[in-house]
Amino acid sequence: MTDESMYRTMRLIRRFEERSIELVHSGHIVGGIHPYIGQEAIAAGVCAALRGDDIITSTHRGHGHVLAKGADPVRMLAELTGRATGLNQGRGGSMHAADFSKGIYGANGIVGAGGAIAAGAAWAHRNDGSDRVTVSFFGDGAVNQGVLLEAFNLAALWRLPVLFVCENNGYATTLTVAQAVAGSITARAEAFGIPSVSVDGTDARAVYDAAREAVERGRAGGGPSFIECTAYRFDAHHTWEHKARVRYRSDDEVAAGRSRDPLDVLDLPADVRGAIDAEIEALLAEAVAFALDSPAPDPAGALDHLYATGLRTRDGIGLLDSAVR
Amino acid sequence: MAKLSYLKALSRALNDEMARDEHVCVLGEDIGVAVNNVTTGLLAKYGPQRVVDTPLSEQAFTSFATGAALAGKRPVIEFQIPSLLFLVFEQIANQAHKFSLMTGGQAKVPVTYFVPGSGSRSGWAGQHSDHPYGLFAHVGVKTVVPATPEDAYGLFLSAIRDDDPVVLFAPAQALGVRADVDIAALDAVPLGVGRVHREGTDVTVVAVGHLVQDALAVAEQLADQISVEVFDPRTLYPFDWAGLAASVHKTGRLVVIDDSNRMCGIAGEILATAAEEMRLTVPPKRVTRPDGAVLPFARELDLAVQPHADQLLTAIQEVYKSSPR
Ligand SMILES: Cc1ncc(C[n+]2csc(CCOP(=O)(O)OP(=O)(O)O)c2C)c(N)n1
Repeated sequence: MTDESMYRTMRLIRRFEERSIELVHSGHIVGGIHPYIGQEAIAAGVCAALRGDDIITSTHRGHGHVLAKGADPVRMLAELTGRATGLNQGRGGSMHAADFSKGIYGANGIVGAGGAIAAGAAWAHRNDGSDRVTVSFFGDGAVNQGVLLEAFNLAALWRLPVLFVCENNGYATTLTVAQAVAGSITARAEAFGIPSVSVDGTDARAVYDAAREAVERGRAGGGPSFIECTAYRFDAHHTWEHKARVRYRSDDEVAAGRSRDPLDVLDLPADVRGAIDAEIEALLAEAVAFALDSPAPDPAGALDHLYATGLRTRDGIGLLDSAVR
Repeated sequence: MAKLSYLKALSRALNDEMARDEHVCVLGEDIGVAVNNVTTGLLAKYGPQRVVDTPLSEQAFTSFATGAALAGKRPVIEFQIPSLLFLVFEQIANQAHKFSLMTGGQAKVPVTYFVPGSGSRSGWAGQHSDHPYGLFAHVGVKTVVPATPEDAYGLFLSAIRDDDPVVLFAPAQALGVRADVDIAALDAVPLGVGRVHREGTDVTVVAVGHLVQDALAVAEQLADQISVEVFDPRTLYPFDWAGLAASVHKTGRLVVIDDSNRMCGIAGEILATAAEEMRLTVPPKRVTRPDGAVLPFARELDLAVQPHADQLLTAIQEVYKSSPR
């Protein structure tokens, strides 16, 4: 894994996020997003250790994971702007972006929900004789969700090839880890006999090294692993935050957090960086143009895809094209 | 013709489907020794990769099944008691059910959630006697409540083969029902198609699950005064509205008997839809548990809360006698 390629992934995530925030402010992304800025090294490092056919489950703050695993940024931005051309045809948006062809089982709006889904996918693939590995990303807030701890137990008990990645950015919305987590985060996984490490989540190389070891263990039948990645969320929990006018971090703290930028941690020559930056800039310009030029989905199809079997629900009074009965 | 019990029918269906499709697997608590007698013999036959005894981790194993389904399996989960569905409502209603739409049709989640012993089991009191099918019908999860052994067999088969999540409630009071069936002729029963168990011309009675037996007994009792048609929807979602309409257009009168709470219950939905869309000649009636009921322990109290054959009889007579609007 080259520093260059990890930088490219991080730069893509960073600029994708920045452009998305602009699109939130201009009203093109409705509902807002949970920015990943500051945590890019985690997605980039972990996904660099994965194969294309490996699986990930992601979170409400999922853009980084989805992009790092290989989703097309152009169609992803179209998804965030609710277009018919989006990854999920405008049905998922920021919190559910998914690309099954790339092993991306979707961002998930429920904290801690992906762990058990990941365990089940890992079990299924292993039973089919495949050596695919599944990664479940989640935040520090998720380690207080019972279902996630239940999933640790199943994964350890059945030696499933799952990598649990906790992104400890210090906060669950406004609640600090100190206010929320009794004991240590890694100890929770260790209690189930899951090998655990804590790494600097702003250092893509360190994350990659830890992930590679865990992924190799999983592939070789050695069961689950747990990696805690510490990082700082540079931005708001969600783009509504400035409107809510909540304050829970001091300016000094934010400045200190931002001073360690994952994009600067990797030491790359300026010309290499410059070339990658230009490449990403062009890609995102294309993505924004594509998204804004793409059609909105047809309201008549608002409930399309509700059932895999194509069952049609009866008309209610909600669909724009059906009159009140 | 052979006698087949409802419980045996369920067991046979699961067995047949596991033999037919290697992707079908079953998970649940104490299913290896088959404490509920449905999974009898499966572990010996199919092994621990397809018959998985789970720890008591309902939330995790329910989403585990989702992950396995996303990865190509067709899991069946056996829940020991109906109220466990309250514990996993998130995992079914908010995860499994929503995947298909949220991903723009990329994903399907063919999981069957199966409760052998729903509703009152006499003496199991408040937390073991619910019949929560209305909750699933409300959110749009496919919901099945078979009444007879052949339907238990055929609907279970269809539930497993369906590409969407399906909840199948086997009422405790139906498990012992036996019928003469031609085993060789047992076959899948499509979801969404009701069944007229007895033809009649004066009053349509819609009965859910084990109450079909009661409705048939009452219809027989009234045979020389009132001609009662007994309609069993078999699946509550999707509901066979066309089948019901055909019956109601013949009789013009409707009574529903449903062993769940009145407020926001399936009986209310059936009445409302019939009132909106069908040719009712007199106001309809429903016989249900009371609003917000919790089943008390003592036998007399438990029975007092469940809908009764006598109440059904009275309701049919009242509807029959009431004057046209
Ligand atoms: C189970 C659940 N509880 C509450 C919420 C609302 N919520 C969304 S994000 C969030 C904070 C999550 O914190 P953490 O897991 O640390 O992830 P981070 O936001 O820091 O990335 C909360 C409380 C939710 N989506 N799901």
